[in-house]
Amino acid sequence: MKNTSEKLFQAITYTASLFTIIVLLAIIYSLFKEGLPFFRAVSLKEFLFSGAWYPTHENPEFGAKTLIAGSLFVTFGALLIGVPLGLGSAIYISEIAGNRMKEVAKPVVELLAGIPSVVYGLFGMAFLAPLVRQYFHLDTGLNVFTASIILGVMIVPIIASMSEDALSNVPKSIREASLALGATKIESIFRAILPAAKSGIIGSILLGFGRAVGETMVVLMVAGGSAQIPKSIFASARPMTSTIAAEMGETVIGDLHYQSLFALAILLFLLTFFSNLITELVFLKRSSR
Amino acid sequence: MKNILKTLVLLLVLSLVTVSVFAKGNRITCSGSTTVLPVAQATAEAFMDKNPGINISVRGGGSGVGVAALQNKTADIANSSRPMKAKEISASKSKGINPTAYVVANDGISIVVHKSNMIKNLTISQIRGIYTGKIKNWKELGGASMPIVVISRDVSSGTFEVFNEKALSGAKVDGTAQLLASNNAVVSAVSSTPGGIGYAGLGYVNDEVRVVNVNDVMPNESTVKSGTYPLSRKLYMYTNGKASGEVARYISFIQSAEGQKIVEAQGFISLN
Repeated sequence: MKNTSEKLFQAITYTASLFTIIVLLAIIYSLFKEGLPFFRAVSLKEFLFSGAWYPTHENPEFGAKTLIAGSLFVTFGALLIGVPLGLGSAIYISEIAGNRMKEVAKPVVELLAGIPSVVYGLFGMAFLAPLVRQYFHLDTGLNVFTASIILGVMIVPIIASMSEDALSNVPKSIREASLALGATKIESIFRAILPAAKSGIIGSILLGFGRAVGETMVVLMVAGGSAQIPKSIFASARPMTSTIAAEMGETVIGDLHYQSLFALAILLFLLTFFSNLITELVFLKRSSR
Repeated sequence: MKNILKTLVLLLVLSLVTVSVFAKGNRITCSGSTTVLPVAQATAEAFMDKNPGINISVRGGGSGVGVAALQNKTADIANSSRPMKAKEISASKSKGINPTAYVVANDGISIVVHKSNMIKNLTISQIRGIYTGKIKNWKELGGASMPIVVISRDVSSGTFEVFNEKALSGAKVDGTAQLLASNNAVVSAVSSTPGGIGYAGLGYVNDEVRVVNVNDVMPNESTVKSGTYPLSRKLYMYTNGKASGEVARYISFIQSAEGQKIVEAQGFISLN
């Protein structure tokens, strides 16, 4: 009897894990099935390195350079803001805060992760963008700068919580040895603990990168949506994700424009896939040590 | 172990199949253009009030989504803010679908600017100059010295297509233009951008922005109906073949005097 129920439980969990793999494979399959035919009509070189995105024009052009630039601009902007904030709170929670503070601070930071991205978008559109426009005397507040701030705040919980885990996993002996050798608290954080948690921290940053590059709603609402290579951080940009979201609804299913959006999706998928893969590898290296 | 697995997978597949079998009855689904959405929603509610047995579900998604839903037979009505494209018609025909158009409302695309902007009128060629990036400052048009912030809709929206055809004659919008995802987003962006210019369906314009005349014609009921306003269009509902049964009753309700009152209440222009 016990044997049967155990086997049943095994089968259920097995099916559950199999299911996610099947879904993942189905997504990859459909991405490539719809997206690859695009490259029969437009060369990869033109797609990656030409800057003109006029998919619905009489003579359509599918140059994604500006869209790729848009994605990279807001993502690196987000990292510039999210990494110091996330890492800072991780160090504080793990190394400096007392136990009671720690119990409050960690859940609060993680609470940020639970806010739906459309709420972040609304906040950015209705509150932050007008503020940025007035403060910097700009023509428009919907730009790379505003989008980077919002995205940066969004990835703080990812970076903070994973880096904090990595810091707490640093063996007590390293901390104690460093202090015993006469290092101050700051010295032992920067010279001993951070280097020991390096791989976990890098992993958290890569995961934050993957989250920011794939975020759609916020950039759709806040980045402004100009298909141009931003000349400054106060120019509008159009990341790949918002292009897909905004244009998919009106395309004729199966035509070149439709396929071009899938080609963009393949590009995005590869970006996030490899950043996640590197994260996994970095972590595997740590756990096997 | 293997047998249990097989049964589980079978059960899963069975449950998925049975769910999709139940459906239909006196149900009408329509899907498509977000511009037509408010018209479809309001008329559907009124129609359902008068005919309690009927259930109409209305979805947005965009004109292209509506056409695809009609082709896949997941919708009875495809809402569209533009005439169906030749490519879409031929794709439908190859799937055995015969799209039939019904005009349900008139709409004008208003050009809107910030309230503080003194510009009262723009010609079509000035609008083209602004959107293609040749005119960059309001002072070139007789306004205050202020850079123009060009705000446009996504290149694949029905509203953009009509604007692109009627105002830009197919010219490319300059890359610096902001492309926003909805009529509402355009209006709210213009209202908070002193140098901004945008366009939106008549039904979406509010007091936060100022509407400018185009070629000295103001967008209003009579100029849109008569077609003297240059940026006017018709909104459509497409059915597979001639509409019949409840679908036909619903569409003729929209086209009736009572339905057209609802159309006007939504900020669009009635048919006659």
